[in-house]
Amino acid sequence: MATNVIMPQMGESIFEGTVTRWLKKVGDPVKRDEPLFEISTDKVDSEIPSPSSGVLTNILVPEGQTVQVNTVVAVLDGEGTAAATLAAPESVTTPVPLAKPAAAPPPPAQPVPGAEPAALGAPPEDIRSSPLVRRMAREYKIDLGRIKGTGLGNRITKQDIENYLSSAGVKVLPAAALQPPAPLTPAVKPAAAPPSPARPSTAPQTLVTPPPAPVAPTLPGGRVTIEPMSPMRRQISEHMVMSKRTSAHVNTVFEVDVTPIVKLREKEQENFLRTNGVKLTFTAFLVKAVADTLREFPILNSSVEGNNIVYKKDINVGVVQSGTFTITNPGIFGSLFGTPIINQPQVAILGVGSITKRPVVIEDDAIAIRSMIILSLSFDHRVVDGAVADQFMAALKKRLENWKSL
Amino acid sequence: MATTTYLEAIRQGLWEEMERDPDVFLMGEDIGSYGGAFKVTAGMLEHFGEKRVIDTPISEEAIVGAGIGAAVMGMRPVLEMQFMDFIACAFNQIVNYAAKMHFRWGQAVPLVIRGPSGGGVHGGPYHSQNPEAYFAHTPGLKVVQPATAYDAKGLIKAAIRDNNPVIFLEHKFLYRRIKEEIPEGDYVVPLGVARVAREGKHLSIITYGAMLYVALDAAKQLEHEEIDVEVIDLRTLSPLDEDCILNSVKKTNKIILLHEDTRTLGLGAELASIISEKAFEYLDGPLIRITAPDSPVPYSPPLEEAYLPGVGQVMDAARRLAAY
Repeated sequence: MATNVIMPQMGESIFEGTVTRWLKKVGDPVKRDEPLFEISTDKVDSEIPSPSSGVLTNILVPEGQTVQVNTVVAVLDGEGTAAATLAAPESVTTPVPLAKPAAAPPPPAQPVPGAEPAALGAPPEDIRSSPLVRRMAREYKIDLGRIKGTGLGNRITKQDIENYLSSAGVKVLPAAALQPPAPLTPAVKPAAAPPSPARPSTAPQTLVTPPPAPVAPTLPGGRVTIEPMSPMRRQISEHMVMSKRTSAHVNTVFEVDVTPIVKLREKEQENFLRTNGVKLTFTAFLVKAVADTLREFPILNSSVEGNNIVYKKDINVGVVQSGTFTITNPGIFGSLFGTPIINQPQVAILGVGSITKRPVVIEDDAIAIRSMIILSLSFDHRVVDGAVADQFMAALKKRLENWKSL
Repeated sequence: MATTTYLEAIRQGLWEEMERDPDVFLMGEDIGSYGGAFKVTAGMLEHFGEKRVIDTPISEEAIVGAGIGAAVMGMRPVLEMQFMDFIACAFNQIVNYAAKMHFRWGQAVPLVIRGPSGGGVHGGPYHSQNPEAYFAHTPGLKVVQPATAYDAKGLIKAAIRDNNPVIFLEHKFLYRRIKEEIPEGDYVVPLGVARVAREGKHLSIITYGAMLYVALDAAKQLEHEEIDVEVIDLRTLSPLDEDCILNSVKKTNKIILLHEDTRTLGLGAELASIISEKAFEYLDGPLIRITAPDSPVPYSPPLEEAYLPGVGQVMDAARRLAAY
């Protein structure tokens, strides 16, 4: 059963007192009349004895605080009882001061100021501890209210729990052996700096699909030199195979007479360079003709997403990279024509052969020397029909052969 | 085994890697005929020649830019910043190029940028800084700071052999003060692995660099007060060895985070967050940071002494935490 300890009245005209020192800590056993705390009033400093025997379960007024006479400053708990209920005012014991008081204070009949029911009996959430201590209490099913805290501000520490457990004969596991708490945050792998082998200086192998057929690796030395692919080469390699896997490549090849363009270019190029600061190239004619022809055949300017065909309203003719349609130039080294691989996710790519002067049969069975070029279109037969591809090429051919002026 | 200074250990590591791998070469200001401001590269020009020990103009950005280019072409450059304070001049090259190439196009940049950092030698605000937090914050870089001669040699070798850009912070206060016996010849200390420098059971001090010795000194003195302190030397600041850190938290349950760098958003802040996220229920007290204050390193010796975290400060915090 709980007993309230109050601030005694140390003389007639004294209305308040200051707790200068607690002589017991929460959890300490005390005997009746054992000195419990020291006070200081306007008239006298004195040691106050405990009003009864029990365990000091709660200190309500810390050292240095001044409170009115009859304020409950602490709660004692008799042996073996829970300090859960507020004692009735009658049970409040007024200690008999040891020092020479002017008069013994009368037992208070008025309600005790400052004695809030919630402040008594120390429910567990009021006990100061730590995340570890609370977890250990959970794991070992300990009521923290039964443990005496020896940490700062009577905080219950890990050591207190361990002492309590060993006094109860329980084997204490190291904290690390307790059940790990569920993580609150998803495990975030550090994105940085993948671990990498000492040599050679290659990046991790995540970009490249391994070759499908098992091939016995070639060993270094002898008649070979082995060089790891550069990261860019590996990406090209992957992209090429991926494109072949993705699209149903079909090729169609057209021969185009570009004599008018060659002549126009010869005539205009000096003037063009002077006016524009850049050279007038054949590629410029080609890009213009392709862009105009794509407008007539939007399917060749599309891409495939799942079961959808995505028509692009913008026409971007990529000469080296990125666009909605690509022109590539195998003719630069003299190739007649190539069969290029489609640049995904586009659906067609135009290969341009070299411009070559050749004897050509023209109107009226005459033979003339003309500037000829071979254009080859690789198209994705999943979405582009052969007829459409050929119509596109025929339209492109017509445009190029009938070029009139800049 | 031979008694070797921290500085000599770094020199040995560089020398051995130069001998081992012809792709390794050095660039920096006055590293050739002068042998470097602190003589880390003394004798290297004479031995390896001017193609592999290259004196540069005073331009950290040019040094690092050229180094990145060489690394991309398959070389393994080791670049000296005469003082790590001046690495700021090369920040753009490091953060926007070296650190990002792997993410952008899978290009490895096997590059080491090394040099002296840290205070305690009355170097003032431009020759005493600890720039680790900028780089630990940057994805794609590794950041290393050895505290012992043994680790200095083993870590510089690991840094040179690593395929990522590594910021290798040498603590100039330790250069000639730390001497210990280290094995002769080749050995490597792996990056990303911390070390329990001292076992203890009441609380742990997690630290690195010159602060390791402050922590060990405090731990020694606290023995008389029956406070048993564990000390963790991080060695690599990015990536952090979370296993080692969390194991120590789970063991002692009370943690002090000690570093010489300034306080706000320093390594201590990150460590505290990691511990709080991943080991909250193992904590038996608050996470306590002991750091330099948020101010430049003062030039005046008494002010610098007050500025740097000291043994007394660590002991006070340890006593409070032990009693908590």
